[in-house]
Amino acid sequence: MFGAGGGTSSYREAEDTDMIILWGSNARETHPIFFHHLLRGVRNGARLIAVDPRRTSSAEWADVWLGIDVGSDIALANAMAREIIHSGLADEEFIKRATTGYEEFARCVEAYPLERAEAETGVPAAAIKEVALEYGRAKRGMICWTLGITEHHNAVDNVLALINLALLTGKVGRYGCGLNPLRGQNNVQGGGDMGAIPARLPGFQDLENDEIHAKFANAWGGAEFPNKKGRHLSEMFEAMDRGELGSVYIVGENPARSEADQTRAVRLLSGLDHLVVQDIFLTQTAELAHVVLPAAAGWAESEGTVTNSERRVQRVRRALEPPAGARDDIDIICDLAQRLGFDWGQPTAEQVWDECRALSPMHAGMAYRRLEELGGLQWPCPDESHPGTQFLHARLWKDPVEGPRAPLHAVEHDPPVDRLTEEFPIRLTTGRRLDSFNTGVQTGQYTSPLRKGEALLIAPEDGKRLGVEDGERVKASSRRGSVEVDVGIEPSLRPGLAFMTLHFPDEVSTNVLTIDATDPKSGTAEFKASAIRIDKLSPVTS
Amino acid sequence: MAETVFMGLPKRLVGVTIDGRDIEVVEGSTILDACRRLQVDTPTLCQLDNLTPVNVCRVCVVELEGSRVLVPACSRKVEAGMKIATDSERVRHSRRLVLELLASSVDMSLCSPQVHGWLARYGATPSRFGTDAATVAQPVKIDNDLYVRDYSRCILCYKCVEACGVDAQNTFAIGVAGRGFDAHISTEFDVGLPESACVYCGNCIGVCPTGALMFKSEHDMRTAGTWNESRQSVTETVCPYCGVGCVLELHVQDNSIVKVTSPMDHSVTAGHLCVKGRFGFQFVQRRRS
Repeated sequence: MFGAGGGTSSYREAEDTDMIILWGSNARETHPIFFHHLLRGVRNGARLIAVDPRRTSSAEWADVWLGIDVGSDIALANAMAREIIHSGLADEEFIKRATTGYEEFARCVEAYPLERAEAETGVPAAAIKEVALEYGRAKRGMICWTLGITEHHNAVDNVLALINLALLTGKVGRYGCGLNPLRGQNNVQGGGDMGAIPARLPGFQDLENDEIHAKFANAWGGAEFPNKKGRHLSEMFEAMDRGELGSVYIVGENPARSEADQTRAVRLLSGLDHLVVQDIFLTQTAELAHVVLPAAAGWAESEGTVTNSERRVQRVRRALEPPAGARDDIDIICDLAQRLGFDWGQPTAEQVWDECRALSPMHAGMAYRRLEELGGLQWPCPDESHPGTQFLHARLWKDPVEGPRAPLHAVEHDPPVDRLTEEFPIRLTTGRRLDSFNTGVQTGQYTSPLRKGEALLIAPEDGKRLGVEDGERVKASSRRGSVEVDVGIEPSLRPGLAFMTLHFPDEVSTNVLTIDATDPKSGTAEFKASAIRIDKLSPVTS
Repeated sequence: MAETVFMGLPKRLVGVTIDGRDIEVVEGSTILDACRRLQVDTPTLCQLDNLTPVNVCRVCVVELEGSRVLVPACSRKVEAGMKIATDSERVRHSRRLVLELLASSVDMSLCSPQVHGWLARYGATPSRFGTDAATVAQPVKIDNDLYVRDYSRCILCYKCVEACGVDAQNTFAIGVAGRGFDAHISTEFDVGLPESACVYCGNCIGVCPTGALMFKSEHDMRTAGTWNESRQSVTETVCPYCGVGCVLELHVQDNSIVKVTSPMDHSVTAGHLCVKGRFGFQFVQRRRS
């Protein structure tokens, strides 16, 4: 956010804030221990607002649930911003001192009066107004989101729309205020921190900046490496499609199951000249590979660090001996380098980390010793006497502002790519359940009493209209493919909305239905919005 | 460039006397906090630092000058000038009786060595109620693959109820049913766990002081006689699932994870986990033999 890709607050702040907007996140099930902090906040008197197409188990705890139509988040955020401005609740002093782009932004949201927002989002105008004014008036407020915001073709714009609300009301850079993407995997944040994104080096440093590039090149003994931004995942698949990318090395990812429009993903992976997969399992992706490199499990069989959603870097440690033949990622990579003619030695995880600290200023103070003593440290932590940073962007409250001002962005509502038509009238959205995780590779191995397998959940009204009953097997089809799946009647869903998970790809390949329309800026696919139809399997007898 | 760190409002110090020794502690502290500062070992069963005191076990009682009754150290807040005795005959008698009543009716064999130390220190003789004294003995409830409930070990400390309720999980799958000696921990209408509201976070196991709530893996190993804590190591790491970053303590015996806990004093978890973090570790130990 404004130059540093991480949540701005600490979990603890959720306990002391006045208002939490949980936007496109079912944290009760997907981030249960963050939700503990949030519930302490609720018990301390914080108001909780849930913005979600589904009335989730998180929404059940909310004071207000805004049951938004899938993919209309920007229309809602813009209308809220307009209400805040019209009610005189915008923090004019903060906007003037700490932000840019206000004029254009205000012009943009002016086109989102409540009536239009109600039409686009399905949320009653009065409810939009109520939540907008409440957020505008709250002394402290946090916005937290998950994939409901980011798994859209306009993911980045969605995030910007939420950032706008915080900037408009001065709700960032102060204790109990902030903007927090809750990360879906234990080291998504750390992957970004370490530069596993196309345009960045460790510490979010710009790969295309000559000075920074030279700093790394010098540290690496004058090594030559690209100085132009690479491709993100979706662009890699596009490049495979065009035949420009023939060799792929995949570490710890299962795109043959996790990619949207799975049929296409499997076809492209199968067509590669050379596919290397490094994983702890022989995943469906590994089965397509020419070479499989068995790896030790990062969290229990090797040493290192991960970064969580409050920017806290914490140690992972080896508790188990890995199975015979499975090796630490660092060993595999260094051996591979050796074969390619580079001697990187056999560094320990701590040595690799110390090299990172020497090159990434925001990690510089995070010695292993300190991480162990302090239960992790939150970046930025520039030196070994620094306590870590509880919340980001306090600089925006300095007068004059330290560093660059934070931009407000005019962003427009843009509905999901997969349009609803008479042929495909039902909006399918996807998500996770409490006891399972992503494609189920890991969670499938323990027996959960909560697990009931895959089902196509639909509203009771739709069940009645289609003449299908709870547990009945049906055919669900999108413009890309069809699956057979059992129906579950789910009273918390609104008519026209269906829900599936991605947890049981061997039972039901949900991603046969999803669309790979991706956000050009982030490369995230629109898993949250497919148009489907539901057909009975047996012919209807009259 | 250290950023502002919220420390709360400044607090006053309050002076009290414990067993004739003066000490100042911050206002809002409990007598137990003050005892700990003076390293006065105080028995507790229903108290835990990550739970709100419920004052049910009464084993931590102390004598407070001017108070008609003994007061629970775990919840009574310090007030200036309090004079407290932690080892008077009245306190010792009360603690002994509480421990004897519990140990005569409940199987406390799996309690920590610390608890056994208290039984010895106060000269508790549970056998003095005779061999026909009432007990809570009953079969172990095994109705799922993740954890078992052995209420013959339950001292009704309420910790599981608190962890399942407002203090952590807010699921409210269990409560205390019945009265007097028949009081017991129960799901709604005493249904099995799979039919209850339980979400298998196992936070009840994490707080149970007697082994009444136990990983099924531990229960099975104990039954088979293979549970051996002297061969176990505990390693701190981070949960492999979502991005909250919960710290896990992996209890490992013979290169297998046999139990998962989380440190109570960690700012992310406060000792609490979800079903994936606590039980979702099997995927690293399904190995071809």
